[in-house]
Amino acid sequence: MNFKMNNMKAIEVKNTIPKQGLMTGSQAVVQSIIAEGVDLMFGYPGGAIMPVYDALYDVEQELTHVLARHEQGAVHAAQGYARATGKVGVCIATSGPGATNLITGIADAQIDSTPLVCITGQVASHLLGTDAFQETDVVGISMPVTKWNFQVTRAEEIPLAIAKAFYIARSGKPGPVLVDITKDAQFEEVDFNYVPFTGMRSYRPKPKLDLDSVKAAAKLINSAKRPFILFGQGIILSKAEQEFKAFIEKTGIPAAWTILGLSALESDHYLNVGMLGMHGNYAPNKLTNECDVLIAIGMRFDDRITGDLGRYAKQAKVVHLEIDPSEVSKNVHADVAVIADAKEALFELSKIVEENNHSEWLNKFRTLEKEEYVEVIENELYPSAEKMTMGEVINEINIQSDHNNIVVTDVGQHQMMSCRYFKFKQTKSMITSGGLGTMGFCLPAAIGAKMGQPNKQVVAVVGDGGFQMTLQELGTMFQYGVDVKIVVLNNEFLGMVRQWQEMFFEKRYASTTMVNPNFQTIVSGYGITTKKVENRDELADAIKEMLNHKGAYFLEAIVGKENNVFPMVPTGASVSEIRLK
Amino acid sequence: MKKERYTISVFTEDIVGMLNRVTIIFTRRKINIESIAASESEIPNIHRYTLVISEAEDMVKKVVLQLEKQVEVVKAVYHKDSEVVYQEIALYKVPTEVLLSGGEAEKIVRAHHARVLSVEPAFTVIEKTGHKEETQALFDQLEPYGMLEFVRSGRVAITKPMKTLKSIVEELEKVQY
Repeated sequence: MNFKMNNMKAIEVKNTIPKQGLMTGSQAVVQSIIAEGVDLMFGYPGGAIMPVYDALYDVEQELTHVLARHEQGAVHAAQGYARATGKVGVCIATSGPGATNLITGIADAQIDSTPLVCITGQVASHLLGTDAFQETDVVGISMPVTKWNFQVTRAEEIPLAIAKAFYIARSGKPGPVLVDITKDAQFEEVDFNYVPFTGMRSYRPKPKLDLDSVKAAAKLINSAKRPFILFGQGIILSKAEQEFKAFIEKTGIPAAWTILGLSALESDHYLNVGMLGMHGNYAPNKLTNECDVLIAIGMRFDDRITGDLGRYAKQAKVVHLEIDPSEVSKNVHADVAVIADAKEALFELSKIVEENNHSEWLNKFRTLEKEEYVEVIENELYPSAEKMTMGEVINEINIQSDHNNIVVTDVGQHQMMSCRYFKFKQTKSMITSGGLGTMGFCLPAAIGAKMGQPNKQVVAVVGDGGFQMTLQELGTMFQYGVDVKIVVLNNEFLGMVRQWQEMFFEKRYASTTMVNPNFQTIVSGYGITTKKVENRDELADAIKEMLNHKGAYFLEAIVGKENNVFPMVPTGASVSEIRLK
Repeated sequence: MKKERYTISVFTEDIVGMLNRVTIIFTRRKINIESIAASESEIPNIHRYTLVISEAEDMVKKVVLQLEKQVEVVKAVYHKDSEVVYQEIALYKVPTEVLLSGGEAEKIVRAHHARVLSVEPAFTVIEKTGHKEETQALFDQLEPYGMLEFVRSGRVAITKPMKTLKSIVEELEKVQY
């Protein structure tokens, strides 16, 4: 690893763990993780996981452990790592509070299909169920939010449990798994021999592609006059970016994205018609209710995408390409379902769809886009108001950085603005908490993303509320010299909730005003270069300085306090009732 | 959509915690499980859960797909009452004296074709198998004589459609990923 270890003495490495044969359970844990090709993991030690930490001490050359400042930081960092690299994120924590602190991140990974292996220590097996010190039933607690979990009580179970964990986390529709290991199993000896896991009868990660369903889909698509594509993270997870582009270019169908699908198709592609959902673009929301065939690919019709289901695309035939059978017709009825991996499905579908060009239909999107530009976008990116807007800060980063950054966001107004206005050229460049909407996600996820993609510029965009939820992770950045550019868009409000209070609760701003500390002082304490920008004329220089700065940088931009995110589909409204103001 | 009674059969690997994984799917959607029975199946290491719920078919379908999505669920299916052969067992503990008096209670037991399992000086245990309506009918009639204890099992059900679990498992084991 190429991370400099600030303030840490060089440690003489003595690699004493055998790769196979007799070893302790904790050594077997570490060797299993290494055998899965992992070289970086995140965690926080404690009593019940100490034997594994002791084993990690011997393998620092092969497996870097990043000490977070809170277990929630560790799990979000592992998520950021996984999302930026496409590999399995690994995190480790102790029993009790260590384990429960992981739960938010695990739930986030479950709903956003992020491959994650979490390892927790547990009290010794003879103490299970006795309310022992730092005992919690983490297998029970995590069951609703994990793809799979397992409790190990004997060392001999470790290699298979960890092999299964990695297999399940990364295969099919990815997700988080948790392996809970009692302390006695970590001490016990095992004759270790690692065999990667290859499958089990009860689990079908990739449904077999049914070519008849592909033909049925092609028939509908070929007959469509106003076809419209919605794409989600399924494109990224199945590495289907090329197949997807080939498919849309052949058929000439306009395509709009969910926020987890963002960056799967470059922003300036002529068929990219923008963002779906509550704060998405005007055209794709409006025209959802005018298309005749709706083609959903690797997305699951979240309520933030559909608005009122009773008035959602009722005029359209729906084709759904989806790997998870339980997502088909869950929210929106599919007339044709292709239950398969998106890459395989798109490859076959592209062969049999007819070349087409829906220029007239595409022009409808362009017309509405212009309307949105005049009503919303222009004012956001080039405001006449005295105070800066979130959009203009984002736009300035776009202008100065050639659309090649990895952007990591938190949750709220700045997140919607980031999704709307950041431009992307490369896949896996937008990392955001979509399904769970986890405030506090940004900073640790950005650390994980940077450590997974050290050669990329990582920009963390976060609000003043979310930043304070996990700002302890500045300590992790400091210790490992992680070069993340943090942009706090400070409006001294919990902005998204405030916007709702303004629109739906008669401006009764209950507990949304933030009296903030001096962020410059705090961040400086971690040895990070900081700057605060209050005026528009300082913005371009500040962003230039940030992007060119070697190492971490903190930019605080003071933006209008009561700015709103528009367009908006209010809760309970139809997508075609999207409001421009 | 109209709510109807459905029997859901879930076939799983035999592991600790599986029952919890299964019931979570129902509790998430606030669906009441009316009865539940767990046992082995005809195939070693595959357990089956038989659950009864009253819901609209559309909802039942979604729940069954989410059950089948669980990594260690081999298969989940749902059936209407007409598509399964099902049975429940009920045990009734009544004071022995009400049967000794040679009165109505004895006639009731005979009329319901119930069995006497155990007779003690203080109480007698009666067994009745049947559908819930039948075991409930006996309960309702015996209750005025003094019911000391009552218990009814969850529904166990055998499906009428003929595809065997064995053939399903064989198909799954053939697929290579």
